[in-house]
Amino acid sequence: MTSTDTRTSQGIGQSAPRPDGTLKVTGEFAYSSDLWLEDMVWGVTLRSPHPAARIRSIDLGPALAMPGVLAVLTHEDVPGEKHHGLELRDQPVLAVDRVRYQGEPVALVAADHPERARRAAAAIVVDYEVTEAVTDARRAAFDPACPKVGERGNILRHQPVRVGSVFEAPVVVTGEYEVGMQDQAFLGPESGLAVPAEDGGVDLYVATQWLHVDRDQIAPCLGLPAEKVRVSLAGVGGAFGAREDLSMQVHACLLALRTGRPVKMVYNREESFFGHVHRHPAWMRYEHGATRDGRLIYVKAEILLDGGAYCSSSPAVVGNAASLGAGPYEVGNVEIDAYGVYTNNPPCGAMRGFGAVQACFAYESQMDRLAEACGLSPVELRIRNAVSQGSRLITGQLIDSPAPLAGMLAELEAFPLPAASDGDLRELPGGVAQTTHGEGVRRGVGYGVGIKNICFSEGFDDYSTARVRLELAGGEPHVLVHTAAAEVGQGLVTVQAQVARTELGVERVTVAPADTTVGSAGSSSASRQSYVTGGAVKTACEAVRERLAELAAAHPGLTTTALLQRFGPVEETREYRHRPTFPMDPSTGQGDSHTQLALCVHRAVVDVDVELGLVKVVELAAVQDVGKVLNLLALEGQIHGGSAQGLGLALMEEVLVADGRLRNPSFTDYLIPTILDMPPMKVSILENPDPAAPYGLRGAGEPPTLSTTPAVVAAVRAATGRALSRVPIRPEHIALT
Amino acid sequence: MDETTRESPPSRRAFLSRSLTAGAGLAALGGTGTATAAAPAVAAAAAVDPPETLPVSLTVNGRRRTLRTDPRTSLLDALREDLGLTGPKKGCNQGACGACTVLLDGTRILSCITFAVMFEGAEITTVEGLADGDRLHPVQRAFVEHDGFQCGFCTSGQITSAVGLLAENPRPSTAEIKELMSGNLCRCAAYPNIVAAVESAAEGRS
Repeated sequence: MTSTDTRTSQGIGQSAPRPDGTLKVTGEFAYSSDLWLEDMVWGVTLRSPHPAARIRSIDLGPALAMPGVLAVLTHEDVPGEKHHGLELRDQPVLAVDRVRYQGEPVALVAADHPERARRAAAAIVVDYEVTEAVTDARRAAFDPACPKVGERGNILRHQPVRVGSVFEAPVVVTGEYEVGMQDQAFLGPESGLAVPAEDGGVDLYVATQWLHVDRDQIAPCLGLPAEKVRVSLAGVGGAFGAREDLSMQVHACLLALRTGRPVKMVYNREESFFGHVHRHPAWMRYEHGATRDGRLIYVKAEILLDGGAYCSSSPAVVGNAASLGAGPYEVGNVEIDAYGVYTNNPPCGAMRGFGAVQACFAYESQMDRLAEACGLSPVELRIRNAVSQGSRLITGQLIDSPAPLAGMLAELEAFPLPAASDGDLRELPGGVAQTTHGEGVRRGVGYGVGIKNICFSEGFDDYSTARVRLELAGGEPHVLVHTAAAEVGQGLVTVQAQVARTELGVERVTVAPADTTVGSAGSSSASRQSYVTGGAVKTACEAVRERLAELAAAHPGLTTTALLQRFGPVEETREYRHRPTFPMDPSTGQGDSHTQLALCVHRAVVDVDVELGLVKVVELAAVQDVGKVLNLLALEGQIHGGSAQGLGLALMEEVLVADGRLRNPSFTDYLIPTILDMPPMKVSILENPDPAAPYGLRGAGEPPTLSTTPAVVAAVRAATGRALSRVPIRPEHIALT
Repeated sequence: MDETTRESPPSRRAFLSRSLTAGAGLAALGGTGTATAAAPAVAAAAAVDPPETLPVSLTVNGRRRTLRTDPRTSLLDALREDLGLTGPKKGCNQGACGACTVLLDGTRILSCITFAVMFEGAEITTVEGLADGDRLHPVQRAFVEHDGFQCGFCTSGQITSAVGLLAENPRPSTAEIKELMSGNLCRCAAYPNIVAAVESAAEGRS
């Protein structure tokens, strides 16, 4: 780890504290569910109980007759566009004559009390004609007789990757793998407050990841020009991808405009499971061919991703699964087909790792099988095939910045292993609930490697905007930074202030509330905001500095303070774009589709009670190359958090869907890691700069999520000897198969 | 003694206009915040009483409070909706996540799965009642120093829980901290830093 000289004490490279930290520890930080306004009323959503049905009729009469009810709306009350969506506007604001998934919004109620609103929604009579639900993704994709869920068929996107023609090898391993549907499970439920404005527009305060694309979907649905829909970020209680799509945004605005009152909507936990997209479940068939000494000759794969009832960001997820589908390994012959399909299951879209997670579990499982077949250690097999700077991805894209995977693996393997359990009951799998004395406990060690694209890919015009103002406040220089970038917990407000301090040498920096009165910052996703919004703030600061230098040159002898006193504040707004990316060829997958790639490697050590099927992760170790550390404390938090979510996918997290219906929409039935499930972590952070990125940084939030899952599963395999081709692993996969 | 009803919540306006500004992202570190959030002002609670209410008097953060509330109202809803204390969070409303943790006579409870009217005469402490004026509670300070949170939604409950834990066991081992904090979920998984923060507070280092 290197440190960096900075011009200020809390600049880039320092573990600057969070500006919002004190508010968060005192309970004063206002999350979207805490907002309150005089005359506020409450909005509630009526949702479909069926995964597939036609709506014969809707009788609003009983709801309208109830006391305190101010409005009851259906799709007929949507004044503008009836549909929204991130990539394809295929999702109805409110169901239009048909529902395609359980939980689809059908009607809205506004009332003066949340319970009254809920009871009124329950009083709406919807006459459904239940139709056949398509819930098998394979059938949806490949059975011509399958009913069509999407308007244009069930295949959302098919992305092949074709390289070379040699598909024979001395050593061949095959496998079929499955990844369950994971939920982002942020703790702060979907919520917001819509306030009707005097100009006929609406002001929306909401927890979201992407203010401008929210606005650009909301305004057409309301039949309003964009400038009449002003979106401000309210406190965000976690995101992880689940706030990239709309949830209650249009609904609250519709109710506010209809009633002329501020409308607050807050989902409860159960509704939250229906209110956002999940991680795509995946079914994957892989075949790896290699030489006897373990060098890859070819990779064949079919990756099937269930997109559920609406498009969301499925096409981009498919693109990632395809382009990163062989992992960070050199291989000259590739035949990958990645599919995203429509079904009547819950819609799936963005979640931390975004399409790269599912493929990573499969290709890493394959690398372990290949190592075994070749008589090599898992680390040695990976090192023999590892990419490095100058390698090409399977898309033909040159890796033109450092990618020291072999060295990372060697460093990871050299970490000392943790001591054996000392027999303390709390240390056993299952903790104090253990019913044995550990007779069946076996230890295992496993490795995982992941590669993630940073920023948006495939030709998306990906940029951020920053407005930076240098002024005097109380006679001292002060910087105001304004962007629309969503702080979702990752520490982005901290980083923006650090950049401004470093670039302008001014200690006092304020980051203004994020809203749509400044240009788009893009989404807080794809590990991209430090890169893109960091880059925008840096570029705007440089412009301010240039202006100041011009003034100083024209007026020699004047200090910055004197210049600001005489000429007033200096303000500059700049957009920042990363290097352009390009589409993947639709039939070969070739193209420079990514702008940056990030590597992370994990080693997991587990204790498994092979009789009870219980797993305890004893330790996770990780090596990650971040290019440049901006804020070590926040970065370590991202690595911990990403690893925990990968651990959750390996061992416990799954939205269970049966016949299109959610079985476990609660925190008692959908399990996420607790503090007891989180093992101690050893983390090594490398700083090999990417010359194309601001400060040489590499996005960091997602890569740890990828590599943790296969590492944990490999460790459980090592402890149990089980094949374990599906995540999350359930106790019965260990003890009863 | 304050008489609080749904029609006249105390301090609601001041409290929420301050925090709404904060929540909208105003972030002034070591500087003067000149930004103003174009955020709405704040005011009264829900407009209509449920059909039947019961009175309850309790001490919250050192202040005697009396309110009339539906007997089915959870303590969490009474704190958040009637008393304007939105520090305790509703993460699951079924006692599974711990975001609603408050102290009842110094002991940790989940305010979402208990009724407000059960607490006649009780002393409740929420996260808002931990600091001494502008001086943070040592546990709050430790969470800031160790970055014991990311999004912060669970933090009110984590900190309140940690304060209760240290009252139960002033010198917990690492294993005891993990066991005794395991009812408080953190989806950002700031867990290693939470452990470090509680250890630090226990050792009087924060």
